[in-house]
Amino acid sequence: MSVDEKTVRRIAHLARIAVSDADVPHLQDELNAILKFVEELNAVNVEGVEPMTSVTKMAMKKRQDVVNDGGYAAKIVANAPLSEDNYFMVPKVVE
Amino acid sequence: MTDLTDLTLAEARDGLRAKQFSASELAKAHVAAVEKGRLLNAYVLETPDKALAMAAESEKRIAAGEARPLEGVPLGIKDLFCTESVRTTACSNILKNFVPQYESTVTAQLWRDGAVMLGKLNNDEFAMGSSNETSCFGPVKSPWRRAGSNVDLVPGGSSGGSAAAVAARLCLGATATDTGGSIRQPAAFTGTAGIKPTYGRCSRWGIVAFASSLDQAGPIAKTVRDCAILLTSMAGHDPKDTTSANVPVPNFEAAVRRGVAGLTIGIPDEYRVDGMPAEIEALWQRGAGWLKSAGANIVEVSLPHTKYALPAYYIVAPAEASSNLARYDGVRYGLRVPGRDMIELYEKTRAEGFGREVRRRIMIGTYVLSAGYYDAYYLRAQKIRTLIKQDFEKLYAQGVDAILTPATPSAAFGIGEKGSADPVEMYLNDVFTVTVNMAGLPGISVPAGLDAQGLPLGLQLIGRPFDEETLFAAGQVIEDAAGRMSLPAAWW
Repeated sequence: MSVDEKTVRRIAHLARIAVSDADVPHLQDELNAILKFVEELNAVNVEGVEPMTSVTKMAMKKRQDVVNDGGYAAKIVANAPLSEDNYFMVPKVVE
Repeated sequence: MTDLTDLTLAEARDGLRAKQFSASELAKAHVAAVEKGRLLNAYVLETPDKALAMAAESEKRIAAGEARPLEGVPLGIKDLFCTESVRTTACSNILKNFVPQYESTVTAQLWRDGAVMLGKLNNDEFAMGSSNETSCFGPVKSPWRRAGSNVDLVPGGSSGGSAAAVAARLCLGATATDTGGSIRQPAAFTGTAGIKPTYGRCSRWGIVAFASSLDQAGPIAKTVRDCAILLTSMAGHDPKDTTSANVPVPNFEAAVRRGVAGLTIGIPDEYRVDGMPAEIEALWQRGAGWLKSAGANIVEVSLPHTKYALPAYYIVAPAEASSNLARYDGVRYGLRVPGRDMIELYEKTRAEGFGREVRRRIMIGTYVLSAGYYDAYYLRAQKIRTLIKQDFEKLYAQGVDAILTPATPSAAFGIGEKGSADPVEMYLNDVFTVTVNMAGLPGISVPAGLDAQGLPLGLQLIGRPFDEETLFAAGQVIEDAAGRMSLPAAWW
């Protein structure tokens, strides 16, 4: 499989990365080089093979459903590019 | 007295306890070496005041007879580990001003055990690279050069700053991370030792995520013993990481002198790849001979799905990365480029904040997870991952204790030499290391000799899950037989 220019723009939008018109052709080439590289996986018979879902065998850990952390809003927003009264600030999203 | 920066970590630890020198003297010697080594670009942030304050505390502890396991040992920290109140960037412009409000579990354990922080080390942006050339701080220069040449070489990656700093004696040991070979490949390129432990051995909490099912932390140091000492402090169960294994941590240093008598070591035919230099094949044979002479039983083995590991990795790792890196949105932390609306803010922020290789991998990951392609790419790759793991499980069930392979298909290359036209050219560096991450196994890289141009080459040992001890024992046999690597004299 290979990607065309339209697909490159669609993927970029899904990934929320702005691409300029000048970027599209070389991105297309690079993505196609990687897709060509992974093509040989089609030669493997995976009939009846379970996909890996856990690297090492372990039961998923669960914690008690209780509040055990928090109460430091100032720390949470300490690295925010824009915040006010411990809220993150974003452009208006509803009219 | 020899220069304190030439000591191994074990020698320095023992010397401190025997009061041959003080923790402050040891820290000052390293702080001076770090300053003098700036040309190498191994450190992206120096913390000399912190180092001297921590060393002063160590001095008090040693005087009081209360030395902890790593008391007074100066370390460098890969800039992927969050360090409280000390800038942590993952060497990305998108995190360039990020100051963590918390400490990663692995580094917290090192400080708990008395280690001293010298600063933060360079790496490929978000650990995506094999040469340390994708860092927003620029490439690291290896302290190694080809005989009679002054061409700057890469130290490997992504833990290039860690490997270069250890090889150049700018720290006694360093933390590193390994998603597809990022500890073992730079260790091999710089004549240092490095271990990626079993998945789940070290907590991932507080380490900037790349591909969560593959990422593991581990040490790079001058010797196998030094790696064993560091891993003992770094490892351990952490409730804050759901994939952290709740298994006891042995004293790894005690395993270093165990030897290999009676062990079965496998040599996998599939690691003889096209175009591999004859001297790497010869080194591999020599390594097998050393283990045999020490009493190991050497057997030819087969890992039939080896060649599919790298392409499958280039589906799984970018897929997980695209998901993990979705958090960089210009809202909660990191860079923000204003836009007319939310979508434009996201798109502009991420276009400007991420470097070229990171953008490329996010896009590949987005594509293989997108509607209509998930089964053909991601699901198939995860099935192949099961087959790769089963290859190893079969050998271990047959009584193979460890597997010996070359660490890399070549010695270090020049800065700017690879991957500029075709990203896959760079990816091929990880062909021998990536299988280990795909199967969640431990792997160690040990310096084993020099090539015809005078550059170091490494051998890799792959072990059973949670049996790092056998890797330390066998690694030490190789180190003893090859002779301690003599690191390059300072030209910087």
